[in-house]
Amino acid sequence: MSATTEPTTTPAPTAVTTPAKEPGQLTKETYRGRIHPDWCPGCGDFSVLAALQTALFELGLQPHQVCVISGIGCSSNLPGYVNTYGMHTLHGRALAVATGVRCGNHDLKVICTGGDGDGYGIGGNHFVHTMRRNVDLTYIVMDNQIYGLTTGQCSPTSVKGMKTKSTPHGSVENPINPIPMAMVGGATYVARAFSGKQKHMVQMFKGAIQHKGFALVDVFSPCVTYNKDNTYQWFNPRVKILEEQGHNPTDLHQAIERGFQWGDEIPIGLFWRRTDLQSLEDLEPVLHTGEGPLAFRNLGISPEQAKRLIQELL
Amino acid sequence: MNKIDFAVGIGGENGQGIASTGNILALIFARRGLHLNAYNAYQSIIRGGHTFLTIRASDGPVRSMGDKIDAFIPLNQDTMDRHLHLLKSGACAIYDKEKVTPGNAADGVQLCPMPMKELTKGNKLAVNTAALGATLQLLGIESEPLETVISRQFMKKGDAVVAENLAIARAGYDYAAQNFTAFSWKAPRGAKPLGIITGNQTIAMGGAAAGVKFYAAYPMSPSTGVLMWMAAHARELGIMVRQVEDEIGVMNMVIGAAHTGCRAMCATSGGGFALMTEAVGMAGMIETPIVCVDVQRAGPATGVPTKTEQGDLWQVLGAGQGDYARIVVAPTSQLDLFHTIPELFNLCDKYQCPGLVLSDLLISEGTTSIDPDDLNFQVKIDRGELILPNGNGADNGSGAIAAANPASGYNDKAYLRYKNTPSGISPRAVPGVPGCIFTAATDEHDEDGTLISDEFTNPQKRRMMVEKRARKMQGAIKDIAPPQLVGQEEADVTLVGWGSTAGVIREAVEKLAGEEGIVANQLAIKWIVPLHAAEIGAILGRSKNVILVENNQSGQFARYLRSETGFAAHGHIRKYDGEPFMPHHIVEAVKEQLGGKSRLSVPVHEVNA
Ligand SMILES: Cc1ncc(C[n+]2csc(CCOP(=O)(O)OP(=O)(O)O)c2C)c(N)n1
Ligand code: SF4
Ligand SMILES: [Mg+2]
Repeated sequence: MSATTEPTTTPAPTAVTTPAKEPGQLTKETYRGRIHPDWCPGCGDFSVLAALQTALFELGLQPHQVCVISGIGCSSNLPGYVNTYGMHTLHGRALAVATGVRCGNHDLKVICTGGDGDGYGIGGNHFVHTMRRNVDLTYIVMDNQIYGLTTGQCSPTSVKGMKTKSTPHGSVENPINPIPMAMVGGATYVARAFSGKQKHMVQMFKGAIQHKGFALVDVFSPCVTYNKDNTYQWFNPRVKILEEQGHNPTDLHQAIERGFQWGDEIPIGLFWRRTDLQSLEDLEPVLHTGEGPLAFRNLGISPEQAKRLIQELL
Repeated sequence: MNKIDFAVGIGGENGQGIASTGNILALIFARRGLHLNAYNAYQSIIRGGHTFLTIRASDGPVRSMGDKIDAFIPLNQDTMDRHLHLLKSGACAIYDKEKVTPGNAADGVQLCPMPMKELTKGNKLAVNTAALGATLQLLGIESEPLETVISRQFMKKGDAVVAENLAIARAGYDYAAQNFTAFSWKAPRGAKPLGIITGNQTIAMGGAAAGVKFYAAYPMSPSTGVLMWMAAHARELGIMVRQVEDEIGVMNMVIGAAHTGCRAMCATSGGGFALMTEAVGMAGMIETPIVCVDVQRAGPATGVPTKTEQGDLWQVLGAGQGDYARIVVAPTSQLDLFHTIPELFNLCDKYQCPGLVLSDLLISEGTTSIDPDDLNFQVKIDRGELILPNGNGADNGSGAIAAANPASGYNDKAYLRYKNTPSGISPRAVPGVPGCIFTAATDEHDEDGTLISDEFTNPQKRRMMVEKRARKMQGAIKDIAPPQLVGQEEADVTLVGWGSTAGVIREAVEKLAGEEGIVANQLAIKWIVPLHAAEIGAILGRSKNVILVENNQSGQFARYLRSETGFAAHGHIRKYDGEPFMPHHIVEAVKEQLGGKSRLSVPVHEVNA
């Protein structure tokens, strides 16, 4: 019989006597994860990862105060590549899990990452409702207009007519346009970035992370393996930075109009931002009792509370 | 001394105030110290959205709705027609003589027609109040308790309404005193005043006692009562309550909150649970403790939303793909739900796995009396090997766990979230703890959390992690009490049930002994996974005749029992008409089976269609 119950590789407990050290100086290296990404060489997601690490560094966020949460997909592998707390959840569920994390510990900076299929397809319901709740988190969608991990099927953002493995004769469906959708859905910070413009992306991320409320950054992050239509070469001449064009992100009509623009000129940058709506966490009195995050509070109820509850039954 | 045991049945249309009438009666009985059980058979039993509420009370234990009605209050003709024939000698029927005509009643049934228009001064909504007054008079209960409860019940509607209802109750009471014959017995008094409670309330209160800080739900009968209690008490108790877009979101949110260190819980019914199951597997894979209650209703699909069934066993057993550690428990009563929830949270925290509770409409929506002293909210709390940044974790602030997992800088690699230990339990740090950084992944992962799912081939690591998680259940079973045989060891028949049927089976056993001279004993199974298969197998192996009683069609527990113990029950009693068992259903089926007539009995619920 095999010794199925014996652990085989447990290393001896290390450094038990070492007292807790003060964490050292934050550097860009601090945010590098344990393992190197296994994305295809040239994948747009490398740029997103680098931009996120830079944004975290420039904002001086401590790695243990940040939780990066993803679904499933090539892009959703990102949490493992960044040195912060992470959750690599189920396909489409990052935002629901993240809302729970924010409720449990509203001191954490929560950043969700994932793909277009993950967020706008299978996770579409959570996307809509997390926006309307204005949960204070940043949502970075690596939008490659394709299902990468499952080797190249049509996605909710694939353009009409696009030939993919699941639409060999060209897609007949209209794609989702996440920018106006997010604006109408209640997101309070709506931006777009492009993997070919990493510095600009860092600015979009920093703004999103600092924003109080739901912030979406949809990133054109080309899949070099399965999307031969929407490539770096295709985007490069088309993308125009809103910040360089005097766009006013508090003008709803202008923002919607720019959000619908597609073709020879495709805007990237901050489309829309409002600061007049409170976040879910702000509006939930249970979080503002002065006892800190729910997760760390004392458990159970007091004898006085118990007495009141029992009184209701008599 | 002989216990007095009686039941009141009230039936009518929705909107005739049946639930509130039932509530008033239940409160009066409980304050008198009587034990009681109230079950509301609503909607589909009687066409046209009718409902029939049975409240049974006694100075002895009451574990089911019982078999008979003593005071019958049909608020409309339909109810009269459907139930009158079930009354036995000694019972009485109280009704509006202008609106309802009785059919043929059995000998010895007292018909109590009342001039309701006159007694209520034309207030149609108050007919039930007049009937209540009459019922209490017949039961030999003074009028004061009724007046107290009515005053409380109608307080919000203003003094005029209170005064009117008091006068009507009094009129009904006096009319009965002058015109009808009271029961030959009087409603007894119990030792001390009791309260009343439903199972959905005890689930929620058990959660509050356990320290639940996050509760999420999507409304679904018959579990919604838990959400309503939580929402009503959230601010007072410091619990975050969220109504989510769907049950998929519910379970994922609960896992998110639990991952941060909260005790987090949700409740739903079978359809909602079906949507949650992928995420339940996530809780198993990332080893996050959560508690989810499935309040079963008759399925499949939308099924019968207002009817009870024990039909979700295999759904819960099979929830989520793959093998993973989980705990499944089917509490046996409302009070048992209260005690089980905190116990389950401790187990889930210790073994870092999801805990699934099988309740059902019968106990979740059913009302029972409760001794306040049985509701101890100061429960034992064991959070297992949890590492929180503020010392509220397993080490109670001693720093022992933090010392073993030193924060040696931002890029610390000493901490292994999924450390392969002999028990399978790995110290669990939550986000926010310095120096324990890791990513929790639903892909298969190594001890430090990094993915191994994409490695070309690593069967050794995969096997190690599968076994690490599975090993946790070997410890868990030792923390769970094995089931005990109730009654004489030597018996003609052993009745086996699981979850909510424990009470009615117990009463059937008593009835078999008292009325039929048949010696039966009972094995009530509560902890389903892990299952004490050896102990159960040994007990049943010694039994002459094992009959499995369950509220479903296909014998879900019979099949599970067989798969886990190899033991095939000799006979089966199954009910799947939406209504719960009554003791006599089981008694008659046992007689039928002992007489060799059948190996499968399906009792008929006696109500006119
Ligand atoms: C419930 C469920 N359905 C399907 C899958 C298979 N699946 C994994 S990733 C994926 C799509 C990925 O596309 P996207 O989210 O755009 O991410 P990308 O790989 O393009 O970055 C699918 C369909 C799954 N993991 N879970
Ligand atoms: S398949 Fe596409 S999305 Fe996935 S890693 Fe390769 S390039 Fe990136
Ligand atoms: Mg994609």
